[in-house]
Amino acid sequence: MTVTTAVAVPQRGGLARFVRRHGWTIGIYVLLLVLTLFWRSQTTVKWGPFDVQSLVIDALPLCFAACAQSIVIISGGIDLSVGSMMSLANVVSAKYMLHMSFDEAILFSLAVVAGAAVVGAITGLTIVVTRVADIIVTLAMLFVLGGLALAVLQVPGGGAPVRFQSLVSVDTVLTQWFPAALLILFGSFALLWLTVRRTRPGLALYAIGSNRGAAYLAGVNVKRSRILAYAYSGAFAALGGLAFTAASGLGDPNAGGIYTLNSVAAAVLGGVSLLGGVGGLIGPIAAAFVLTLVKTLMILRGVDQNYAQVIQGALIVLVVMIGGLAIRQKGKGS
Amino acid sequence: MSAAPQVRERPSLRRLAGDSPAAVLTLVFVAIFIGTDIVNRAQGGGAFLTLKQISTTFLFAAVLGLMAAGQTLVMLTGGVDLSVATTATAGAFAVSRFGTEGSPKAILIALVIGLVIGLVNGIGVALFRVNALIMTLGISTITLGLLTVQAQKQFTSLVPNFVVTLGSGRVLTYIPYDLFVWVPIAALIILGLRYSGIGRMIYAVGDNPVAARLAGVRTWQVLLFVYAICGLLSAAAGILLVGFNNAADLGIAAPFLLPSVAAVVIGGTSIFGGLGGYAGTILGALILTVLDSLLTILNASQAVRQIIYGLIVLALAAIYARATAAE
Repeated sequence: MTVTTAVAVPQRGGLARFVRRHGWTIGIYVLLLVLTLFWRSQTTVKWGPFDVQSLVIDALPLCFAACAQSIVIISGGIDLSVGSMMSLANVVSAKYMLHMSFDEAILFSLAVVAGAAVVGAITGLTIVVTRVADIIVTLAMLFVLGGLALAVLQVPGGGAPVRFQSLVSVDTVLTQWFPAALLILFGSFALLWLTVRRTRPGLALYAIGSNRGAAYLAGVNVKRSRILAYAYSGAFAALGGLAFTAASGLGDPNAGGIYTLNSVAAAVLGGVSLLGGVGGLIGPIAAAFVLTLVKTLMILRGVDQNYAQVIQGALIVLVVMIGGLAIRQKGKGS
Repeated sequence: MSAAPQVRERPSLRRLAGDSPAAVLTLVFVAIFIGTDIVNRAQGGGAFLTLKQISTTFLFAAVLGLMAAGQTLVMLTGGVDLSVATTATAGAFAVSRFGTEGSPKAILIALVIGLVIGLVNGIGVALFRVNALIMTLGISTITLGLLTVQAQKQFTSLVPNFVVTLGSGRVLTYIPYDLFVWVPIAALIILGLRYSGIGRMIYAVGDNPVAARLAGVRTWQVLLFVYAICGLLSAAAGILLVGFNNAADLGIAAPFLLPSVAAVVIGGTSIFGGLGGYAGTILGALILTVLDSLLTILNASQAVRQIIYGLIVLALAAIYARATAAE
């Protein structure tokens, strides 16, 4: 670094700093935009609000899963149980909501989210108390929660009130281009995350992910923060499961299967560093849309569904590889 | 007598676990075996503590033992391989797909597929420094997708007789054939880890990768080697498994993923690398296999089984973490 640049940066004002700090997140949104335009040029029939709607429905569960995973990764951990937690929330809601009224279903959803947060907190507590590695504990929880989901519903079934389903599938806000599902996504994001992000507990999550020892010495309650991260993960995963219920109108004990890997992929693609302490939720949400859109595009072009999964997996690995190389280059440069 | 020497001489479980984990694990294995015997008698199923059942336990444990062998090597370097189950499935598929072309060719193809999957994992982790968890989970997804596409195609599937014998047969009534695969590999790994250069380097890389690199170890070669071997051993496990089941399906090896990690953890290998060995893993695999028999005897449904299994793994890992932390 030369002196001139050091002086020049503050003079250039906020924009350059903003771009430098959020380059990756901006990049992922540009990618999403480019992919959307490409998608629009590829559809033969008139591309319209309905397509946007269907993309949002497809992407919604993954968006929530990405949020769940990102918070844990930011705090320096990993949560392999995200997929099973989604399955569990999905089957519990689908089994008991079947004959509920809309209002009851909403209240029940809130209870499911709260319950999942408690289960997540128990996972975190287990990690903190037993000192077993988070990978092992969450891998065990993947099986425990998956087993619970299987105990609730052995085969796909159940259902949800029609109005509850339309909340995600057909409702729009103000204009037909803005699906209500997006409002739910950003509403829960704002309510659950933005309110905490800049407060003491929120900053503590970043602190323990960045350097656990230093955070401890700085007076952060590391144990409580780790438990909080997993509680958040549980709540967001439950929202993902509920989104699945609303989108499909069905409970499936294996619904969450693919979401564990895809949530990690969306987090990494969205700019969350696996080393912890870096990133946010805005990027991973866009990354979840990108991952979903890539699959949509492939199926649109007549690629076999299973091949689409293979290609998506390969893309995830490639992205992580390139991301890893980029971080290494950056590290060498400074 | 004062109280002080008494305290020192008290043979605490903690101390014993720290000093000789293998002894404690053997005790646990025997205890669970006897417990299963009691439960089986109580349910009117007769004795479980028989030569026949011991032989069966070893027969079952070989598949898990081989998968956990690769997992042990990977975890000693501080990584984890979540693709072992799908790699084993790929191996199982290859054997039944090419079974009509003779068992040597079928087995060779299966092993080569395993090696290639392992190498791809290794290239990602060693050369591109991708997080092991993501790399192996991603490769696992890709493998499963490719297998699903393959499974939809029409082909004659036949598990060669040789593989069936290897996976399910016994010689002299009590000695499973698959031990002839498992025992030499186990011996090679245990001795290799202790006495060979690459074995010591695996510990060095896992303990402190930076120090190992500065000491002249080519870290990437060690990692590549470890993941390649893990793929190879997983495919071998898949071959034994398809021999036992006599047919391959897409979910054939999936139930082994958690146990493969659990066996290593129970066996005392640290997930952070550099600490542990294969001897403990073998006992871990045996303990988990008896546990599985116990759950079968208790007639647990798939759901209950999965829950109990996860909880037991958690409990054992927690006990172990506590025992070793006391040192």
